[in-house]
Amino acid sequence: MSPALLSIAGLSARLKRPPHTPLLRSVDLEVAPGEVHGLVGESGAGKSTIGKAILGILPGAIELAGGTIRFCGEDLLAMPAGRRREILGSQIALIPQDPMTSLNPSRRIGDQLTDGLRLKRGLNGKALEDKAVSLLRDVQINDPEAVLRRYPHELSGGMRQRILIAAAFSMDPKLIIADEPTTALDVTVQKEVLRLIRSMQASHGTGVLFVTHDLGVVAQICDRVTVLYGGMIVEQGATADVLAAPSHPYTAALMAASPRHDQTGSGMQPIPASLTAALQGELARHGLERVTHA
Amino acid sequence: MLSSRALRQVVFAIVTLFGVAVVSFVLLRVVPGDPIAMMIAPGASAEDIARLRAAYGLDKGLVAQFVIWLGHALTGDFGTSISMRQNVVHLIAGRLPATIELTLTALAVGLALGIGAAVASTLGTRRLIGSTVDNANGILLAVPDFVWALAFVLLFGVAWPILPISGRVDPRLAIDFTTSFLLIESLLRLRLDIARDVLAHMIMPAMALALPLAAVILRVLKGALESEALRDYALLARIRGASRLRVTLRETLRNAMIPTLALTGVQFTFMFGGTVIVERIFAYPGIGNLAIDAVINRDLPLVQGLILTFGLIFILINLAVEASFALLNPRLRHG
Ligand SMILES: Nc1ncnc2c1ncn2[C@@H]1O[C@H](COP(=O)(O)OP(=O)(O)OP(=O)(O)O)[C@@H](O)[C@H]1O
Ligand SMILES: [Mg+2]
Repeated sequence: MSPALLSIAGLSARLKRPPHTPLLRSVDLEVAPGEVHGLVGESGAGKSTIGKAILGILPGAIELAGGTIRFCGEDLLAMPAGRRREILGSQIALIPQDPMTSLNPSRRIGDQLTDGLRLKRGLNGKALEDKAVSLLRDVQINDPEAVLRRYPHELSGGMRQRILIAAAFSMDPKLIIADEPTTALDVTVQKEVLRLIRSMQASHGTGVLFVTHDLGVVAQICDRVTVLYGGMIVEQGATADVLAAPSHPYTAALMAASPRHDQTGSGMQPIPASLTAALQGELARHGLERVTHA
Repeated sequence: MLSSRALRQVVFAIVTLFGVAVVSFVLLRVVPGDPIAMMIAPGASAEDIARLRAAYGLDKGLVAQFVIWLGHALTGDFGTSISMRQNVVHLIAGRLPATIELTLTALAVGLALGIGAAVASTLGTRRLIGSTVDNANGILLAVPDFVWALAFVLLFGVAWPILPISGRVDPRLAIDFTTSFLLIESLLRLRLDIARDVLAHMIMPAMALALPLAAVILRVLKGALESEALRDYALLARIRGASRLRVTLRETLRNAMIPTLALTGVQFTFMFGGTVIVERIFAYPGIGNLAIDAVINRDLPLVQGLILTFGLIFILINLAVEASFALLNPRLRHG
């Protein structure tokens, strides 16, 4: 295996206030260069918390309680803020979940798309405009010159997500974190956007940490997968191996619960109560309560 | 589309002004106080008083008085001031520029201080900075303009006399101004010595008016900036490596200004109320000061004219606020 691009070791997180409910329990995870690594688990499992810890945007109520996050060998958690900003701006990018709220309503698309290029690459004028146009072409947006002059409210959700994807790839980052980038979109648009991320990632050779709760999506685009339950990793491995022979009952249950993308008409199976109870017991043995959404 | 909206606003302005005229006309004539009694010499005969009453139309009924007043007002004639024996329109037009220069200066200072403090408060990560700003803000909010005015007079006029405490310009410096916009005109004519003197006279009343405004702007804008900073687009900007200052200036400030602006408009109209007392304290020759004289003298035509002037100013401020909403919010520009 090639040396890791992103290497998370023993990462733990908890609520800042007593009772310090644990949210992540000694998570180990590696993303290799050019690899798409799926991070799955049901709502509240802690997927986004891992993404936010990498990006340094944990909400005030959550604190890290141990572990390291190394990017190309450098510890993101230990480095000075200035160096961290440098890396974040140019080598790590995020494709957010909700394209409707992730663009600034009062700035033109062109300005938002080219922030990094202006700030970090010093591009301007015609060169900047050309680059912006080609970025939008890469994500298959028609009439890019006109779109650059638009405001977010004039565009559809699918268009906005393409723009956010273009922005994420604009600095040619080594790592992209995609936090459920398709859940806010129409089903038909979802597939296109997935394909787009996969093909952009392949042509740029970008490593992707792909957060989702949908094993069907994992099967479609992930090379490797980590299954998270209640802040703890229950299974990790090559996607084909894990899906063909899940070694953990939770993974199997998740597979049964997720809609099959290759099959139409198959209904979703809820996770059986007996399994949930068994998992609760297992988590309790690890001193970890299942954290549920209200 | 735009013209029909403009038309609606003009109609609204006319209706509002008419309403203000009716209400103030009735109120002014119902409240006790006799303008004639204020102007006659002691011991005037009953006939003299009756003659004066007739001269000013005060012997007629309320409705008749209003119809006569309205008829003149529509031709731009708002009558003659009883106490100063001058045309009301000329009197107000001569004093209004002083108040406009004062309030616009105070608005600019209030915006600069309020926005500056709110932006600065987003830069501190520490609790301490936030709570210090909040406490200082609480005190600022509680102190009214005239208290600042008196404090400034005591501090910079009496204890440490470095600023003039009354008037608008040193008469020794005054030149033949063609307008009453002394600050603007002296700047345009490059008489910086006079501009400096006008500013020195203006700084204390302007600060007294600006500080309560700054306090309100700071309170609202700080909260709005904090909630904007938690929005996805602001987080994304931080993820792209933008510093806190950059996120505030480039991303959140503009959106946070939208709720702030509505309140700034309201607060700015209150400021005209504030000029009445603050101009008095500094003997500043604006319409606020004029309004006090007019009321003391029961000068009905002048009070009436001033009330309509204030009404017109409020309408214009509201129009300006709406126009700036459209500037800040692209949705309003297209929708
Ligand atoms: N701002 C916050 N304050 C307190 N607790 C939080 C906060 N954000 C998340 N949590 C808690 O952290 C846990 C993990 O949340 P996280 O968002 O990582 O889950 P997730 O796996 O991404 O779920 P989803 O699929 O719903 O996005 C949840 O139990 C949640 O309640
Ligand atoms: Mg999430």
